[in-house]
Amino acid sequence: MKVIVCVKQIPDPALPGELDPSTNQLKRDGKLILDESDSYGVEMALQLVDAAGGGEVALVSMAPNDEVSGMRTALAMGAAQGVLVSDPALAGSDALTTAKILAAAVQRLGGADLVIAGTESSDGYTGTVPEQMAEVLGLPSVTFAKKVTVDGSTLKVDRQTEAGYDEVTCPMPAVISVTAGVVEPRYPSFKGIMAAKSKPVETVTAGDLGVTPVGWAGSGQTVAAVAQAPAREAGTVIEDDGETYAKIVEFLEGLKVI
Amino acid sequence: MNIWVFAQESNGTATSGTLELLTKARSLGTVSAFVGGDASAIAGVLGEYGASTVYATGDLGGALPGAAVASAMKAVIDGGTTPDLIMFPQNYEGRDVMARLSVKLDRTVLTNNIDVTADGGTVTVTTPVFGGNTLVSTSFSGSAPYLAAFRPKSFAAESAGGGAPEVVSAPVPDLGSTAGATVTAVHVEESTGPKLDEADIVVAGGRGLGEADKFTLVDDLAKLLKGAAGASRAIVDAGWVPYSMQVGQTGKVVKPNVYIAAGISGATQHMVGMKGSKNIIAINKDAEAPIFGVADLGIIGDVHKVMPKLIEALKARG
Repeated sequence: MKVIVCVKQIPDPALPGELDPSTNQLKRDGKLILDESDSYGVEMALQLVDAAGGGEVALVSMAPNDEVSGMRTALAMGAAQGVLVSDPALAGSDALTTAKILAAAVQRLGGADLVIAGTESSDGYTGTVPEQMAEVLGLPSVTFAKKVTVDGSTLKVDRQTEAGYDEVTCPMPAVISVTAGVVEPRYPSFKGIMAAKSKPVETVTAGDLGVTPVGWAGSGQTVAAVAQAPAREAGTVIEDDGETYAKIVEFLEGLKVI
Repeated sequence: MNIWVFAQESNGTATSGTLELLTKARSLGTVSAFVGGDASAIAGVLGEYGASTVYATGDLGGALPGAAVASAMKAVIDGGTTPDLIMFPQNYEGRDVMARLSVKLDRTVLTNNIDVTADGGTVTVTTPVFGGNTLVSTSFSGSAPYLAAFRPKSFAAESAGGGAPEVVSAPVPDLGSTAGATVTAVHVEESTGPKLDEADIVVAGGRGLGEADKFTLVDDLAKLLKGAAGASRAIVDAGWVPYSMQVGQTGKVVKPNVYIAAGISGATQHMVGMKGSKNIIAINKDAEAPIFGVADLGIIGDVHKVMPKLIEALKARG
């Protein structure tokens, strides 16, 4: 079984996000790490390949400046190889272009039985790329998978819903997006980290993939204005001295909810 | 301007999100609702909220709506009826249908919006970023239709007192290689008390509770206040409580009268889901926790000490 995982390398979410004042794009030029929400997809892919009795997990990613540090983390977990699309012309690409690029990268790896992505990235969170990739690849898809098993050439998925979950079946090849927390991502071992350094990552441009990059100018959108949202007025903050529960009771009384 | 709204049904009626979008859409132009499924149960209410036309695919036979409904929409557009704007709810089905359609039409998508304006042919949406501290206004360029998704509760739903709409059949064409994702069973995670996104009071717990068993503090307080219990993504991911309780960007957006955050630090992804609450009370050990920046009353303290005393005091009041 061959599984390809889409991984995003993002600015460390522990650091505050910033818009470039000249372009109004999210700044993504610092050191990039593996988006934590993609580590679940990598882990699930490794488990499914194990359960299938063999195969390969490969990675596709798109990032500026040939950045591979996030991909190396996924390779250290056990993925075998990857394709990185790095092209200055892709800066500012919208979700649709991203989906076209990643779909082309999947095809460059010869396609897969299953393509796995996170439900949404932790920095841009558009949340449409997996389903868009499925459409570009002409495949069925199941988004928001929280449990996945493979039975022959059929996927069985528990799919998260507003009210609970649905059981869904889907023929392979297919594209799925997986929610955070579905599996416990393994920590790369020392051996894995050393091995990852020599695993092949092919770096290509949009042109190599035959996709015309449109970047910011052609993305069908123009940022018209950026404004600060009205801030909430600061309230009262007090240190607990064992009696502050009474302040909460008083506050609730003032609102006439008790 | 012609606007389509992707309309959804739940328990035999239109969802509140659908009615919110219809209300906004009718202030911008002529509104059609597009239903993935049989529309007979909800056509009336869709008309009442402003839809003059309802497109309905008919029963989807368990197919996930993404590929199916997008194909049906594309078929109507290919037939010569092109809307200027298609509004989707920011939820699972809305995103899936919008994503599929964006590829079919080769159009960009703008998601996570909270407002929309139309000035002549220019459609502009407003999107909060960085946990809602910054608002970005983005205009669509290129040719219509424009595809946009809106967060729940972005608009207030109000009836227009409209009459019965014209119902038009919009069958799903052959999906070819994209077909096959089919729902075989539906599971509803039961909860008691008011619904999380409708409750007047929400008590939510986070990682500061320390362990899954301590979530009873949140449950008990919610019951005493006749409110609903919610959770941060951290403890949903950890498996302490079901996803249906998650408040935040990838969970539910709540705007109760009172929101009590117990042991929640206030990650961006959580704040997006609760910042619209009228009154916010936060209890957290860490004085630097971002949640205190939005709290009307903040208690720097241990939830394991403050919550039991609060619960006792409320019980004593009877």
